[in-house]
Amino acid sequence: MTEKNKLSPEVKEKLKAEYNKEWRKELRSAIPVKERMKISRQKMPERNPEERNTDFYEVNQGLDEKTARLEAQRCLDCANPQCVLGCPVGIDIPSFVKNIERGDFGASIRSLKSANSLPAICGRVCPQETQCEAVCTVKKATGVSVAIGNLERFIADYEQTKGKVHIPKIPPSTGKKVAVIGAGPAGLTVAGELAKKGHQVTVFEALHVAGGVLVYGIPEFRLPKRILKAEVEYLQKLGVEVRLNFVVGLTATLEDLKKDGYECFFIGTGAGLPNFLRIPGENLIGIYSANEYLTRVNLMRAFDFPEYDTPVFLGKRAVVFGGGNVAMDSVRTAKRLGADMAAILYRRSRTEMPARVEEVHHAEEEGIEFHFLTNPIRFIGDDQGKVKAVECLKMELGEPDSSGRRRPIPIEGSEFIVDIDLAVVAIGNSPNPLIPQTNPDLKVGKWGNVEVDWNTMATSMKGVYAGGDIIRGGATVILAMGDARVAAAEMDRYLRK
Amino acid sequence: MAKIIRREKLVPNIHLIEIESPEVAVKCRPGQFVILMPDEKGERIPLTVADWDREKGTVTAVFMVVGTSTHKLSLLESGSEIPVFVGPLGKASTIEKFGTVLCAGGCFGIGAIYPIARAMKEAGNKVITLLDVKANYLLYWEDRLRAVSDEFFVSSRDNYYDCKDYIPKVLKQVLKDGRKIDRVVSIGCTYLLYTCAEATRPLGIKTIVSLNPVMVDGTGMCGACRVTIGDKTKFACVDGPDFDGHLVKWEELFSRRKSYFHDEIRSLCYWENKVFP
Ligand SMILES: Cc1cc2nc3c(=O)[nH]c(=O)nc-3n(C[C@H](O)[C@H](O)[C@H](O)COP(=O)(O)OP(=O)(O)OC[C@H]3O[C@@H](n4cnc5c(N)ncnc54)[C@H](O)[C@@H]3O)c2cc1C
Ligand SMILES: Cc1cc2nc3c(=O)[nH]c(=O)nc-3n(C[C@H](O)[C@H](O)[C@H](O)COP(=O)(O)OP(=O)(O)OC[C@H]3O[C@@H](n4cnc5c(N)ncnc54)[C@H](O)[C@@H]3O)c2cc1C
Ligand code: SF4
Ligand code: SF4
Ligand code: FES
Repeated sequence: MTEKNKLSPEVKEKLKAEYNKEWRKELRSAIPVKERMKISRQKMPERNPEERNTDFYEVNQGLDEKTARLEAQRCLDCANPQCVLGCPVGIDIPSFVKNIERGDFGASIRSLKSANSLPAICGRVCPQETQCEAVCTVKKATGVSVAIGNLERFIADYEQTKGKVHIPKIPPSTGKKVAVIGAGPAGLTVAGELAKKGHQVTVFEALHVAGGVLVYGIPEFRLPKRILKAEVEYLQKLGVEVRLNFVVGLTATLEDLKKDGYECFFIGTGAGLPNFLRIPGENLIGIYSANEYLTRVNLMRAFDFPEYDTPVFLGKRAVVFGGGNVAMDSVRTAKRLGADMAAILYRRSRTEMPARVEEVHHAEEEGIEFHFLTNPIRFIGDDQGKVKAVECLKMELGEPDSSGRRRPIPIEGSEFIVDIDLAVVAIGNSPNPLIPQTNPDLKVGKWGNVEVDWNTMATSMKGVYAGGDIIRGGATVILAMGDARVAAAEMDRYLRK
Repeated sequence: MAKIIRREKLVPNIHLIEIESPEVAVKCRPGQFVILMPDEKGERIPLTVADWDREKGTVTAVFMVVGTSTHKLSLLESGSEIPVFVGPLGKASTIEKFGTVLCAGGCFGIGAIYPIARAMKEAGNKVITLLDVKANYLLYWEDRLRAVSDEFFVSSRDNYYDCKDYIPKVLKQVLKDGRKIDRVVSIGCTYLLYTCAEATRPLGIKTIVSLNPVMVDGTGMCGACRVTIGDKTKFACVDGPDFDGHLVKWEELFSRRKSYFHDEIRSLCYWENKVFP
């Protein structure tokens, strides 16, 4: 389900100009299309499943220079690059890929970063197969797309490890103070963009580490924390101030910040309250929301308990409810923490699972069990109030529902009981309620999401913008970033008025 | 980083900690709490604000030493720093002119009830304060609480003070002369809260309890602090911590608070072996 982007005339023009550059022409004619299409997609080196499912080190090891350049040769440098339309932020993919092919990594990273400020992250966690890679011409022709995500990761990592991170020249200060609320991908992107324009930016973050879901949710084996740390340090070099342990709405309200001289605001507070299944027994001991489970492990480092003080249950028989990335991260974490059985229970079928294909694949390799068309109806506890089993129903697929996916319907009399000692509920979150609660003027939609004008990301309050999961519910890193860039451009305009 | 201005033992096992944090000091109101981490490897632990000084920019909490984090805190000296201090969190207690308000506190809750009693008094209520201690030498802040109370009782299990029985008996004593109590507010261990709620249930007196389920983020993100109120699931860190004591599903709260019983012991032993080899 790819939603194609509409590119602005300026962007189209830029794409064209790059496309027509001499070196691009030369590179295109250096290898015939037919030859390019013969190269097979370069495999991402991965750690062996039996080894990696016992630790938290990164699974994917990254392409080396040679392989990356070979992979880049697979790209046909289309005159009308479909991939760009598939990327929610319209990255000039052929430019950065062709620069890899010719070995000009500096030019590649500059081109990439002009549209995506967090490429090391997006290259790792973007659902490429439903976005840029889904519509790649090479995929249409050969069935296997150019590995755009892997190349994006390669070039971003190259900059962080081998190259020198380029710090752009900051224009003279405008003297305008901007408050960014939430240090997730949305907030960090806005902060970077506005700092580069010469505004004085402060990011306020409730937790004690910046990064949002990228630090407390997505595990180390998929997105090492050092990458995020580098991004935050980069922002600080741009002059961004990061204030941790500061809950806007409670430590200070928007009004208070206005009095302190902040003129423009961005709300990037992300998803809050986790959804639960609303079935009996859900508050038994040993049943977590995915957010709690992952926060204990990732942010509080419960995997290293008792060296770190925060505990987490080490289940031997762990089940996770849900079929998205959050569910995959939870179940693979449970496996790594020593579960003999770690299983996904999903109420629809495999094809409806929203998780990235690569994660599902990795999970299977690591020995995760998948049980589709299965819905829990109650948890059963022991006399200590600890969960010991879950009763489920088998489902079958009926007519498509409003989301276009076939609706699961219970099969009568199909109840069965699974013995478990750990359950994680990963069925989504509702938007964080703190800012709307403390700002009655802020218009929110029926799910509690902050409402914005989608062209400008402006909220109903003057000078207040928003983006990311707080306006979309659970979305993706790249969408959060895309919102942030739109908002930053508008905020800059607003500040200069 | 936040600086500890003062840390001192009030009575055996209960300490006071005063922390420099101008923003929190300006904002905090009775019934709210802060979250802090005693060191980089510690847990995020919630503590109710027991006092504040807006001019000096400091916040005071009173804590009871129970596990690793509170042990670590109790060893910190004045002048040292802690890596995480955030607040004020949760909703403030409802302070209005109710008439006669009974404020009940026990162990760390003697400190935590103080700003509530003070605010209730300032709002024009008649304040009856009732403190519960295990033994006479565990009472602290008596002067401060007396100063904001119209009537003052202490129950202690060693029969030293007015009464050796728990809150219900004192409550009965207070109500004996046909006096009316309009509201009960209570802070302390879960057992104390439960006892208060059960004592007032048959009398139909509105009883607000400040719940202390296990928390992680304290900002409504993780769901660790969920409690059942009536037939609804609420998150104590954003919907509370104050709730109607007659609607709390107590067995669940008691059970969930014990979730990590064995881990907590392991954690404490591990830390003690490291610090006091
Ligand atoms: C486990 C997991 C796995 C995921 N996997 C993927 C994936 O593979 N690919 C993908 O694209 N997306 C994935 N996502 C989704 C993606 O992470 C989110 O869409 C994205 O992080 C949203 O960014 P954001 O900036 O809007 O919010 P968040 O990342 O949620 O950040 C919001 C920040 O704001 C802070 N905050 C909240 N309220 C306040 C306040 N009042 N004051 C100060 N600070 C506040 C929060 O503490 C938080 O740090 C995943 C999500 C999860 C949970
Ligand atoms: C809103 C709120 C306000 C509180 N106010 C105070 C206060 O003013 N003074 C005070 O002494 N205590 C207060 N508590 C309880 C205090 O947070 C715990 O005693 C503390 O976290 C224990 O940490 P520990 O590592 O020393 O003990 P642990 O060994 O971890 O645990 C010992 C006991 O504390 C409880 N506990 C453990 N972790 C948490 C946690 N993260 N959150 C809550 N309880 C936990 C457990 O049920 C256990 O019974 C409050 C709790 C909440 C939720
Ligand atoms: S940001 Fe995501 S969608 Fe865009 S090019 Fe990179 S991987 Fe593809
Ligand atoms: S669609 Fe595929 S082949 Fe064409 S430019 Fe994009 S990545 Fe290259
Ligand atoms: S402590 Fe995490 S939601 Fe309340």
